[in-house]
Amino acid sequence: MAAEKFPIEAGHIMMFARAVGDPNPIYHDADAAADTEPGNVIAPPTFYQASAQYDPDYFLRPKIGEPWFGSGKEPTGVPPTRTGGDGGTGLHAEQRFEYFRHVNPGETLTLKARPGKTWERQGKRGGKLTFSENIVEYFDESGELVVRATGVGVRTEKVVESD
Amino acid sequence: MALQASKVQVGDTYTQKLTEDLSRTQIVQYAGASGDYNPLHSDEIFTTKVAKYPTVFAHGMLTMGMTGRMVTDFVGDGRLTAYGVRFTRQVWPGDALTATAKVDAVREEDGQSLVDLSVTTVNQDGDVVVMGKATAKIDP
Repeated sequence: MAAEKFPIEAGHIMMFARAVGDPNPIYHDADAAADTEPGNVIAPPTFYQASAQYDPDYFLRPKIGEPWFGSGKEPTGVPPTRTGGDGGTGLHAEQRFEYFRHVNPGETLTLKARPGKTWERQGKRGGKLTFSENIVEYFDESGELVVRATGVGVRTEKVVESD
Repeated sequence: MALQASKVQVGDTYTQKLTEDLSRTQIVQYAGASGDYNPLHSDEIFTTKVAKYPTVFAHGMLTMGMTGRMVTDFVGDGRLTAYGVRFTRQVWPGDALTATAKVDAVREEDGQSLVDLSVTTVNQDGDVVVMGKATAKIDP
């Protein structure tokens, strides 16, 4: 599951770079970026994950008029959609990106998502762990591959304890 | 300025402090920018009472993103060809994080100089929170 289209916007890149604590002008200052090797504003390496903003069904964003599993004054009792019922949790185990070229603000990428491998492992603290890969490829308007993102999610049978 | 193959050696390291005291607000900022509003990262009531964690914790992708700054500051703007990490431990508000890249290889492929890096970010206790690999195009 992924967005179909990901418009690359300069303001979004700026906000994302701020959020990850990266003050590099190439992410927010078009004039400064013009003097760099890429020659324009580019996106930080993990920006592609923010395509979730354009996924209409993204399960970790509250939807207008629909129940949300996060709390108000108190817990709502709405079952967590995919963070796991029964106290079990789904967490992000691994993320890889392969870059084929920079993106430029103003272009729109088209996403194609597909499931990858699935495997199981016995965890030290969290019971049985089930890993599954999700591969998202980002193509430009001429159909060239720009970025390939491979995420690995892990689901545990019970809450992972951290010491 | 990109790295130069002639000036980098296997075993070289580059270290950057990412944060001294990760704020809850930065985690919220990341939720807003990335679009990942999982309550585990911002909603204390949900996280402690429903999900039974001690408190909210950072998105793994926030730590990967912060670590990415260290990598791009080291190799140069727009030079990465691959970057991947495993999330090995949760990052909590108040954590101090330090990221290090170590040069594993300097090589050439189709006339292009490349550097392979091991990437590790640790917290204030020295525990690894993310570890992974990166590859970048560098100058000869």
